[in-house]
Amino acid sequence: MSVNEDDVRKMAVLARIAMPDEEIAGLVPELNNILHWVEQLGEVDVTGVEPMASVIHNKQRLRDDVINADPQTAGGVRDKVLANAPMAEHGFFGVPKVIE
Amino acid sequence: MSNLTDLGIKEIRDGVRAGSFSAREVAEAHIEQVSKAKALNAFLIETPDHALAAADAADKAKAAGEELAPLAGVPIGMKDLFCTEGVEARAASAILDGFTPTYESTVSGKLFAAGAGMLGKLNMDQFAMGSSNETSAFGNVVSPWRRNDGGNTDMSPGGSSGGSSAAVAARLCPGATGTDTGGSIRQPAAFTGISGIKPTYGRCSRWGIIAFASSLDQAGSMARDVTDCAIMLEAMAGYDPKDSTSLNAPVPNWEAGLNADLKGKRVGIPKEYRIDGTPAEINALWDQGAAWLKDAGAEIVEVSLPHTKYALPAYYIIAPAEASSNLARYDGVRYGHRELPDGAGLQDMYAETREAGFGAEVKRRIMIGTYVLSAGFYDAYYTQAQKVRTLIARDFEQVWQQCDVLLTPTAPSASFGLGEKSNDPIAMYLNDVFAVPASMAGLPAMSVPGGLDSQGLPLGLQIIGKELDEQGVLNAGLAIEQRAGFAARPEAWW
Repeated sequence: MSVNEDDVRKMAVLARIAMPDEEIAGLVPELNNILHWVEQLGEVDVTGVEPMASVIHNKQRLRDDVINADPQTAGGVRDKVLANAPMAEHGFFGVPKVIE
Repeated sequence: MSNLTDLGIKEIRDGVRAGSFSAREVAEAHIEQVSKAKALNAFLIETPDHALAAADAADKAKAAGEELAPLAGVPIGMKDLFCTEGVEARAASAILDGFTPTYESTVSGKLFAAGAGMLGKLNMDQFAMGSSNETSAFGNVVSPWRRNDGGNTDMSPGGSSGGSSAAVAARLCPGATGTDTGGSIRQPAAFTGISGIKPTYGRCSRWGIIAFASSLDQAGSMARDVTDCAIMLEAMAGYDPKDSTSLNAPVPNWEAGLNADLKGKRVGIPKEYRIDGTPAEINALWDQGAAWLKDAGAEIVEVSLPHTKYALPAYYIIAPAEASSNLARYDGVRYGHRELPDGAGLQDMYAETREAGFGAEVKRRIMIGTYVLSAGFYDAYYTQAQKVRTLIARDFEQVWQQCDVLLTPTAPSASFGLGEKSNDPIAMYLNDVFAVPASMAGLPAMSVPGGLDSQGLPLGLQIIGKELDEQGVLNAGLAIEQRAGFAARPEAWW
């Protein structure tokens, strides 16, 4: 399969990257080279093979259902969470107005 | 005492314990080396106060007659992928500019609890995407090694842990953290003549490590010999309830278990790793490596891993797919860089922020990942790659019936000049051809230096082991190290 400029433009929209036209045009041959190269995987007979979900023999774990089990990851750290925000107001992240 | 920077982790640890020198002297000697090595561009941020505080704590404990922690007095370098509380963590990207974690990654926290001090944050390929260290937003890392042609070409330290490999090779620190997604510890170790181990997936917690491809990413240690790698890895590894993929298995005492006697062990030589175009010098070193392991008592057997050639293309579907998902979190809302053109709405802000904040290689991989996960292509690319991954892991499971470890070259070339391969993404990806299969199967693997090529550049040998058998990998590595007697070091020009 090959991609053209329209496909790449659509991908850029899906990926939320505002690419100018010249960057889109440059990516078309690069992505096509990579896609043609990975297409050799089509040669492999995968009849009856399950796709790998986990690389190690590890059981899926769930955390205990308790509040504030770990002080670093649970609640009560609002100021720390907001400390790196480009804009924070009144204890919230600040973003441009959204009008739909 | 200028030669303190020639000492490895074990020598520093033992020397501080014995009182041969103080931890502060060690820290100061390394801080001075770091400050003099700007030309390598290995450190993004220097944190001398952190290293000195840890050193003073070690000296104080020693003076008080307390038992010293396992890495007391050892200053290390920290790859910029690890979040450390209060020190900027950017994964060598522009989009994380200004991001200062308010928390500590599990691995760095364990190292600090073991007494290690941090000399600074090490440069790397942006978001760990690259095999040459040419994708950092803060400029390339330059290898301390040079070709013996007198041309002074700047050489690649390998990637993505190239700041780590350059710093350890140049004696700026005795050990450094690395992360390996498809070879990012082993290939830079090979390029710079040091040792590096990627443990079994799940040995080291990924909590607080900036994610690239979550099913592959694994932290490990980089140092100048096998013993130092073992000591440092022991301090990094262990179960972490905060990472659901962390392995709930005890961490063995790898240093105490080191044993280069390989009697009764079988070493497999996978025939599919003989690839056309590999330089004769690398194949000759591979044969030499097998002879060294035989000398250590091992039996050498030829084995087959039939799906080897599909590991790299499968990797370049799976890793970008996971990356496109992981990197979706960088949108300029909660941390890092924000682009807000006049009149922009929320969607424009996301798109402009990501366009400005990501480098070319990161965007390329996000785009590939977005494509292979998109409706209509998901099964043809992503599911197919995941099925091939199952077959690659199955190859390894079957080969362990014939041997205990595998021996291969680490990379298909020695270091190359910066810029010599950067125009061809696939040529660059091919540099990880020997390293990627073990990553795809989650297996422990390490690179140890084997010798120099005709240009005077280091070449590495790779040992791949069974799940959770880091000891077997380290022991085979030690057997090679003892026989290779690799003592070459880059001459200081920086």
